[in-house]
Formats: sequence, C-alpha cells, structure tokens
Amino acid sequence: MLTLNCPYCGLDKDETELAYGGEAHLKRFGPGSTDEDFESYIFGRENPKGVHFERWRCASGCTKWFHAARCTVTMEVFGTYSAQTFEPPKAIKDAISKKRPGWTWRNFS
Amino acid sequence: MSDRQFDGLVSVRQVQDQGMITVRGDLKGKKIATELKAATGVDMPAQMGASVKGASGILWMSPDEAMVLAPLGDAPALAGELQKKLSKTHALVVDVSDARAVFELTGPNVRDVLAKLAPVDTHPDVLALGALRRTRMGQVACAFWLMSDTSARVICFRSVGDYMFGILSSAAAPGSEVFA
Repeated sequence: MLTLNCPYCGLDKDETELAYGGEAHLKRFGPGSTDEDFESYIFGRENPKGVHFERWRCASGCTKWFHAARCTVTMEVFGTYSAQTFEPPKAIKDAISKKRPGWTWRNFS
Repeated sequence: MSDRQFDGLVSVRQVQDQGMITVRGDLKGKKIATELKAATGVDMPAQMGASVKGASGILWMSPDEAMVLAPLGDAPALAGELQKKLSKTHALVVDVSDARAVFELTGPNVRDVLAKLAPVDTHPDVLALGALRRTRMGQVACAFWLMSDTSARVICFRSVGDYMFGILSSAAAPGSEVFA
C-alpha cells in the first residue's frame, strides 16, 4: 500500500484515496506529428525496475493532479511535486540521487 | 428526506437545515477572503482547515475551492449576493445545499467511528479540532471535521446520503467499540 503526500492538501494520503494517472512527463504529439512520434506518445511507456515517475490524482481529497517519484522495486517514495512542471524539480532529483546514485529515467538523471 | 437518527456508539443524525455554497477561485486572493469573511463572520481557514461558528462557516476544500456554510434559508440569497460581489473576480458561486447531505455524529466515540470508515488517522495529535479532512468513507467521497472532541459533521453527495447514513449507523452499532 502506497502513502503519498498530496502537495496541494499537504496531507499523507492513502492509496485508496488516490487515482493512478499513468506515466508522468509525457509530451503530447497530436495531429500533424510524425507517425513515429504519435506512436511513441500513444504506446511508448517506460517499464523500469527502479526509479519511476507517475501521475496521481487526489481523487477523494482536493481532486488535484500531482506527480510522484518512487521506486518500483522497494515501493520507496522519493517525493511528490506539482503537476505544473515539465520535469522533476531539483529537490526531487537530489533526493533520488542520494538513494539511487547514477539513476536515469528517459532524459532525466 | 425525513429526519433520521440512529443511536449507538455515537448518535448519527441527518442535519436538514444546513445551507452550503461552493465558491471556486483563488482562495489566497484578497477579494475572495474579504467577501467570504463578510458573508460568514469567520476568517478564511488555512490549508485543510474548517472555521465554523454555529451554522455559518468556511471550509477549505482545495487551493481553489471553499465551501461556505450558512443557515439553509439564507443560502440562496447569500449565493446571489456573493455572485454579485465577486462578479469582477475570477470566481464561481453555486448554492449546493440540495446537492449535499450533512450528518452529525455526537458522542465520546466519535473519533473511533470516523476511523472505522475512512483511511484517516483520527488521533487527536493528527486530526485536530478545526481541521477539515476530505477523504472517502466506504465507497464514497466525503468531507468531515470535528466540531468538538465529541461531535463531528460529515458532508457527502445527497445521492449517496442513504448509503452514508447506513455505513455510519453500522460503524456506530452498539457493541462494536474499538477499545472495549
């Protein structure tokens, strides 16, 4: 069972109060994009053993979307942060580097 | 809906005279804070807070949503007034009194009854008086706050009011004390 801290409520929320929203930091490719870009936007997902970034929604709380960084192996949560960003903030990256030196995920490290 | 009451570990009663107005907008904005204070007589609560005095109050629902409490009869007029006063601010005001159901739990076991239904730590060190908690109870979304150490109010959608009354009554069934 995951417990994530919603950055909008500021409270630790039980997994059953949240809704999972898939992988974080996807860039949308819509009409007019190349077939390769569109295909990878629709189907290309990370499936890492280790550090992962996800979208979550505080579904029965404040109803806001937020991002979470966690480890898929140990279920350790490195931190949660605002959804209004294209990449994880430095504090989150530093927190991950402390626990998993040399980690990479898509273009982030 | 008729008046309903269940007496067990706590007494569960449906509150019929609570008016509720949803206000959306930037709660940190000065205009909204001023107008809501003028309308209710209480200060804008902090994050996850409930400032309530009698039938009037303000509940912090999210960074851009507040629930204004008012006596049922006053709610439609108050909503209209707020709408007018906030017309030049980016805000939305709706009277949702008929869309929500309110229950009052009274009794010394109120924290235990809440803890049976919601994934929330209701220990006094964690859930303080004046704190609002939006969460779920059983299968449905709700918000609740403690009015004192022996009483709490629960708000949910009126469409699931029967369900809520049912699970609250069941969690308050005599003989089901958590620490008997």
